[in-house]
Amino acid sequence: MSPTRRRRQVALVLATALATALSACSTGGGGTAPAGGATGTQDAVDAALKTGGEITYWSWTPSAKAQVEAFQQEYPNVKVNYVNAGTGNDHYTKLQNAIKAGSGAPDVAQIEYQALPQFALTGSLVDLGQYGFQAFEDDYTPSTWNSVKVGGGLYGLPQDSGPMALFYNKQLFDQHGITVPKTWAEYVAAAEKLHAADPTKYITSDTGDAGFATSMMWQAGAKPFTTDGKNVKVDLQDDGVKKWTSTWNQLVEKKLVSSIPGWSDAWYKALGDGTIATLVTGAWMPGVLESSVKDGAGKWAVAPMPTYDGATPITAENGGGGQSVLKQSANPALAAAFVRWLNNGNGVKPFLESGGFPATKADLASPAFKDKASEYFGGQQINQVLTAAAGQVVPGWSYLPYQLYANSIFGDTVGKAYAGGTALDPALADWQKALVDYGNQQGFTVTTG
Amino acid sequence: MTTTNSVLKPRRSPVLTAVMALYLVYTLLPLAWLLISATKTQQDLLSTSGLAPGGTFALFDNIGQTFTHDDGIFLRWLGNTLLYVVLGAGGATVLATAAGYGLAKYRFRGRRAVFAVLLGAIAIPGTALAVPTFLMFSNLGLTNTPWAIIIPSLVSPFGLYLVWTYATEAVPDELLEAARIDGAGEVRIFLTVTLRLLLPGVVTVALFAVVSTWNNYFLPLIMLSEPDWYPLTVGLNQWSAQASGVGAQPIYHLVVTGSLITIVPLVIAFLLLQRFWQSGLTAGSVKQ
Amino acid sequence: MTSISPPVQPRSVRSVRRGRGSRVEGRGWLFVAPFLVVFALVFLAPIAYAVWLSLFREQVFFGGTEFVGLDNYAAVLGDGKFWESFLRVLVFLVVQVPVMLGLALVAALAIDSARLHAAGLFRIVIFLPYAVPGVVAALMWGFIYGDHFGLAADLNEWLGRKVVEPLSGDWILASIGNIVTWEFVGYNMLILYSALKVVPHDLYEAAAIDGAGALRTVVSVKLPAIRGALMIATIFSIIGSFQLFNEPNILRSLAPNAISTFYTPNMYAYNLSFGGQQYDYSATVAIVMGVITAVIAYVVQLRGSRKGA
Repeated sequence: MSPTRRRRQVALVLATALATALSACSTGGGGTAPAGGATGTQDAVDAALKTGGEITYWSWTPSAKAQVEAFQQEYPNVKVNYVNAGTGNDHYTKLQNAIKAGSGAPDVAQIEYQALPQFALTGSLVDLGQYGFQAFEDDYTPSTWNSVKVGGGLYGLPQDSGPMALFYNKQLFDQHGITVPKTWAEYVAAAEKLHAADPTKYITSDTGDAGFATSMMWQAGAKPFTTDGKNVKVDLQDDGVKKWTSTWNQLVEKKLVSSIPGWSDAWYKALGDGTIATLVTGAWMPGVLESSVKDGAGKWAVAPMPTYDGATPITAENGGGGQSVLKQSANPALAAAFVRWLNNGNGVKPFLESGGFPATKADLASPAFKDKASEYFGGQQINQVLTAAAGQVVPGWSYLPYQLYANSIFGDTVGKAYAGGTALDPALADWQKALVDYGNQQGFTVTTG
Repeated sequence: MTTTNSVLKPRRSPVLTAVMALYLVYTLLPLAWLLISATKTQQDLLSTSGLAPGGTFALFDNIGQTFTHDDGIFLRWLGNTLLYVVLGAGGATVLATAAGYGLAKYRFRGRRAVFAVLLGAIAIPGTALAVPTFLMFSNLGLTNTPWAIIIPSLVSPFGLYLVWTYATEAVPDELLEAARIDGAGEVRIFLTVTLRLLLPGVVTVALFAVVSTWNNYFLPLIMLSEPDWYPLTVGLNQWSAQASGVGAQPIYHLVVTGSLITIVPLVIAFLLLQRFWQSGLTAGSVKQ
Repeated sequence: MTSISPPVQPRSVRSVRRGRGSRVEGRGWLFVAPFLVVFALVFLAPIAYAVWLSLFREQVFFGGTEFVGLDNYAAVLGDGKFWESFLRVLVFLVVQVPVMLGLALVAALAIDSARLHAAGLFRIVIFLPYAVPGVVAALMWGFIYGDHFGLAADLNEWLGRKVVEPLSGDWILASIGNIVTWEFVGYNMLILYSALKVVPHDLYEAAAIDGAGALRTVVSVKLPAIRGALMIATIFSIIGSFQLFNEPNILRSLAPNAISTFYTPNMYAYNLSFGGQQYDYSATVAIVMGVITAVIAYVVQLRGSRKGA
């Protein structure tokens, strides 16, 4: 919009205010659930790349800026406006608002796996199948590929992944004679032993993080959320969920987990000084530890995620996401070309250089990545553990079509159990009820187990 | 320091001063933490106790880093904030002063309705109106532009209310009548007679408007997606939010130092403006 | 000296002006109009839009929007979460507002009394917290309230057991109240202080001649003279309490389980809209809350002005 036109509109604002207020609701987002499953070839994408143009990209990843610069160097006829519109929920809120307003959304946006179904199902994303991107399926780990597919459509390409592992403070473990737990029972025993030996130390911190809880359910084989078109099933009482709660309840009820909230400054401090002895989290964690928990250098080590039977190594994904093309994009083919370059081309290199953990099989398998010894982790070749985990993710998981909302109210219900040190199961039932009610209000047909 | 002082000559009371000093300690405690923390490296920040000094004195290094981090975006945010304050708070002060005076000194039809509408409107929680406001502004093409911040900042119902009470007390009707008899127009009376009398009230309103524009957080967060237009508060929040999730890069030392730098200009503004409260006595003396 | 809250005008003035007729009085619009134009755009239009929204129910996932009349209002009035949050801010209001205004009044009177050493220092320092942005306040109080590394932890260690837990469910409302008080005492102090500044000093002289002590002067001269300002401060504090949002929202990252998404009515409206995309229901909550707030503020205002008449 030209400045003159804008100025004129400002002058007329009062007169138009009400009229626009009324028209705004008719232009509001509200898409219909897409059919998905479009097919096509990459010709359109290649042509768009040759023609060039201008696109906008929203992301908050540490590598985004370097990637945009590298892309523009490679394709000088394409201009990418990189915008860091916020981290996590701030980013999604702005995206939602722009979608609802009908304008202002970027061409390409970073979207995490748990948020993707929500944007895909509201018809806000372009099905990349029409550009023939299904061809890339074999390039990615099955769990990440599965995460960008919603109802048969392909709504993004995976960038990073977070197969879970056990990060532990080896120095502290050695000091108290604790062996690395292979099973969850051993993990609980380690928690007890550690806290008894030194009451200021905790096996981990958990104040009720929905992302962590769902990942733990995932590893335990739970399938609490299934979606088929308008039909959604929420079952937070299935055997897998119970398997997890029967372990985790012990830690919560005996107050063996610290109540330091994740990602707070106290949390970073606690990771450095041994207050928090382990983290069960995604493979992207080493980058965070190295850059931000300097006191932990030489203390931390990585082991496979504990399991229930101690035999078959299995894990789950925690965190990670990819890039999607927005329906609002005026040049979706060019936007798709950028997404392809980011996650299936030269864009992966700057991503790896920034310390990211990839979703691409080739990069996971490359010896340079896999065998690198980490100085921070006392010379341990941590990626051997982490890349192995990438292949051991339990298949078949899916998030709710309204997972962002679900996670936002996790604290209202399940948080109370964490705070009070009571069993998680009744609290999960409350969460389930809230999710069923919300889904039904939104027009889904929600059933329970 | 005040004229009442010369009239009644109260003696300074050590007891009262001591009691108030206690309150001062309470007020300053969190700020002391901020000041001490701004002298620490990120490393010390995460390993030393809050009110104890860190291993290295890094205040100047932190200030330097704050202004150079991410290609010096902090300076840009500072500039944006100044722009929003000058246009937004400046405009708000002008509008509130004129309107408050008009409502206090003219008995036109519909005055009471204005009051009722005002009170009703400010009673609706603004955060809940964020989405409707966003959608409207989006339709006007104003989102992600400075106008989206400046236009809403122009309205200060509180400022209007304050001038309203203030003008009722500080501007004698006799003075206005006298000016009218001299043949002065209403606007001229406002500019030459009233404004001088209203000055302390106007300064108070200006200060509140400056502070609220300076600290405006919620609206810019919703309206702006481009960090190049962020004010300091939203920028600092973005730096602070960097500490969480995949690829987290906490820069607490810059958040803390940036916070300190954000507060300093307001303190200076307040110091400069507080002279005007002394001159507030002129308003009182006119009444005699 | 007449002391009044704004909309009530002394009758004597009206009679003085009779002669000029309504032409001059009508000029008042000239001064008020610019404000009202912008006000209409940024306050009234969104409210009108919100009222419109509140009559519909939209399902964001399937694009369906249906007119539901007053159904949303009925739902809000029967919504346990809404009333729980409403009661919470009511309790907050009844306790915190008097404490805060009391402190502000004492500070304003003390600074105005000329009995303080270094009054200028007090004035600026007490106002200072108001100048601190919310995100910064959260950082600072997060440190003080922290029961792991913060001051609270140090205090507990010194006491030998866990006595203060500012971030626990039982304490959190008081902790929020403390932050709000810390932030806004200076703000209210300034309002009262600038009102004290316009009290004509002949009133003090008269009181002094009558032999009134400092306390008598406060009660019989100063307090009545700043009643208008006290009224504004009260009304705006009431509105502020009902709209409580920033402080609990910011503290949520430190006390995620003690503060729910519907901790205050405003947080509820916010999370309905930004978390759940239930824009229609959120708008309804905002309007219901606004009506309740306006009615209470108006009643307080009427009572206040009647007493002074």
